[in-house]
Amino acid sequence: MFDVFRERRRQGKRTIGYPAEAPTLPDRYRGLPVLDDSRCPDGCKSCVESCPTDAIGRDSRGLALDMGRCLFCTDCLEACPEGAIRFTHDYRMATRNRSDLVVRSGVELALAEPLDARMRKLFGRSLKLRQVSAGGDNAEESDLNVLGTIVFDIGRFGIQFVASPRHADGLVITGPVAENMKSALLDAYESVPSPKLVIVVGASAISGGPFRGHPEVSDGTDRLLPIDLYIPGFPPHPMTILDGLLRLLGRLEGMPERIRAEEPPAPPPASGPDPLAPIVASTATVEGPPTSS
Amino acid sequence: MSANAPLPMGPHDRPIRLAEIPVLAVDAFRSAILGQVNAGGRIAALFGMAGESNRVRLYAVLMYLETAEIAVLAADVADEYPSLTPDCPQAHMFEREIAEQWGVIPRGHPWLKPIRFHPSYRAGHDAWSRAAGEAIVPGVTDFFRVEGPEVHEVAVGPIHAGVIEPGHFRFQCHGEKVFHLEISLGFQHRGIERAMVGGPDKRTLPLVESIAGDTSVGHATAYAQAVEALSGCRVPLRAQALRGVALELERLANHAGDLGALANDVGYLPTASFCGRLRGDFLNATALICGSRFGRCLIRPGGVLWDVEPDRAEQLLARLQAALDDVAGATKILWDSLSVQARFEDTGVVPAEVAQDLGLVGPAARACGVDRDVRRDFPTGIYRFALIPPSTWNTGDVFGRAYVRWLEIRRSGQFVLQQIKSLPGGPVRSKPPGPLLPEAMAVSFVEGWRGSICHVAVTDAAGKFARYKVVDPSFRNWIGLAMALRDQQISDFPLCNKSFNLSYCGHDL
Ligand code: SF4
Repeated sequence: MFDVFRERRRQGKRTIGYPAEAPTLPDRYRGLPVLDDSRCPDGCKSCVESCPTDAIGRDSRGLALDMGRCLFCTDCLEACPEGAIRFTHDYRMATRNRSDLVVRSGVELALAEPLDARMRKLFGRSLKLRQVSAGGDNAEESDLNVLGTIVFDIGRFGIQFVASPRHADGLVITGPVAENMKSALLDAYESVPSPKLVIVVGASAISGGPFRGHPEVSDGTDRLLPIDLYIPGFPPHPMTILDGLLRLLGRLEGMPERIRAEEPPAPPPASGPDPLAPIVASTATVEGPPTSS
Repeated sequence: MSANAPLPMGPHDRPIRLAEIPVLAVDAFRSAILGQVNAGGRIAALFGMAGESNRVRLYAVLMYLETAEIAVLAADVADEYPSLTPDCPQAHMFEREIAEQWGVIPRGHPWLKPIRFHPSYRAGHDAWSRAAGEAIVPGVTDFFRVEGPEVHEVAVGPIHAGVIEPGHFRFQCHGEKVFHLEISLGFQHRGIERAMVGGPDKRTLPLVESIAGDTSVGHATAYAQAVEALSGCRVPLRAQALRGVALELERLANHAGDLGALANDVGYLPTASFCGRLRGDFLNATALICGSRFGRCLIRPGGVLWDVEPDRAEQLLARLQAALDDVAGATKILWDSLSVQARFEDTGVVPAEVAQDLGLVGPAARACGVDRDVRRDFPTGIYRFALIPPSTWNTGDVFGRAYVRWLEIRRSGQFVLQQIKSLPGGPVRSKPPGPLLPEAMAVSFVEGWRGSICHVAVTDAAGKFARYKVVDPSFRNWIGLAMALRDQQISDFPLCNKSFNLSYCGHDL
């Protein structure tokens, strides 16, 4: 017994100070993408062609990157010699509308707005969620589970994952919705009492991700259910998920919002794009991996 | 070639031209496999692919442990062939898969049911004579039932309590006692093998990294090795070391998490909460290398995408040493707790012979004393130069599966520290691999944290994938969980399940 106490003392307190303190993310973490299409040479489509999920496109308004499809894989960084695409350390990426996930040059991301007053009264201080993995690959599921550990401790915000959809206020869906899980997912949705929330986590659940177009999946949840919160990533960092949930509940209002990236342990490569992101001034950016040559 | 002729053995990491693979008559194919398995060989993969004139070509990849060699043989079948499973239980899942994918019936298979619930790849051929377009409902099959007035059935899933993937479990119980557990999966089927055909293309690597997200590094490495073998691409030594570091970090994270989850299941909360945090510390160490906690975008054919510079190495070493010390402290109190041991010991026993016969892999096999680990037996990459001795135990119970994980944490931890301290110099990436050798096959092994991963890539005349076979360790091990439940209390199911912690999506593909 004393050994247990001694070990408890040795392990120390491990819960992060967030939201009062800024979370720390690794220097190579790839968060919110930032585009600068003034750098694009005429007719260049290198990034568009390199993207595994067709997340990048160009239309009359310029270059656009759909975070709902993006795998944060760096293929476009490697393809673009001009540095028109960069990933910042900003972990805040959750939105209320699907179209808000499309990032453009010089346009600020419309982060998720809180629920309306009635819903906040219901769920603001106690939100019970049922998770359904519908073809998820256990990366998103793992990083949802992590929120329950002592590090993030979502219980302190009144958020809890529950066993039955009947005890839940909403669903958290992962995976591209495998055809073989579709009816179970829809049953679970029906079983949640109204009013209810639907939160989708990860590129697969939002758009099908790397499985997009497979006849074995539904390309995500969009055509199946009304969605209240989109959390992009492949998988999203636990901080992105937590930020999205708290934002939805209006729990971040009045909180200082800062981002702290770990100092890169070594000096960054000499060449490369301007390290200051034009949209979120406090945000450092991630260099693409060094290319071989 | 007669059934008794010696098989053409070869090194496991070299590509094989399809023309050199002996195509046997079905009987000779069968007896060659059986002879090899009886002599201590193992089936690494057994699968079908579209053959000539609407036939199906079966390939068997056999592993020969003594010499670290493999043999590949083939046979052409039309609609049926005599099943191997009655004589060789480790063929059981492979043959069910062949039946489902190609509509070829292994005659005499004792348990011929769908495993993923999808239509056959070969139009007009269905092993269960389902009409084209007929809805295939997952989890609906002829489950084995025990009859009797006091016998009852418990059905669980696909959706379970907890943040976990879906699967369906049927228990035949007498009171609390489980006579039989049948596991029916397929809810996570995303069509990965089908989509790999025609690759490699820009979608291939993300698909491979999502076979099982918790094994992104393991599967990406297996894929990269297959492509490198087929393109003659040489991987710089530094990249090989970093791949080894990433693979062992993946093992450390998952093993630490599993020990915490096992502690949680028996209500021992100190270890549960310490290990929940420590799992994250190992994931964050991976993120320090490549930005992704799951090691995504680290492994690329030809090497790795990110280097570990000296300062980063220092930081990694400090963090890992601290995390390893904390895991030691967190698990010491677990092993010292008598109430925990009382719950772990003799629960969910899998006898060693059963583990052998069914071809179990990874900690589940090593906990039964089955000394099998492809890092030593079929080494690739850095494991050709640096050996991690396999860890075994001999009880085959929940304790054994937990304790093997702890032994592996210690050895992997030492290995990772050692590798980071002595990273070889040089680049981390060679030139991107060139075109793949046409009409050839490459077999790739990686010891993932759940057990051996095997990928088999087969190319067509244009050097594109004509077939890409993925064997995730869970594909082999789910049957082990079913066996562990025999004569157990049904209330021990969660604990037994955690002690295997298998992948649903890795099985369902
Ligand atoms: S990082 Fe995103 S946008 Fe860029 S290539 Fe990868 S998936 Fe496409």
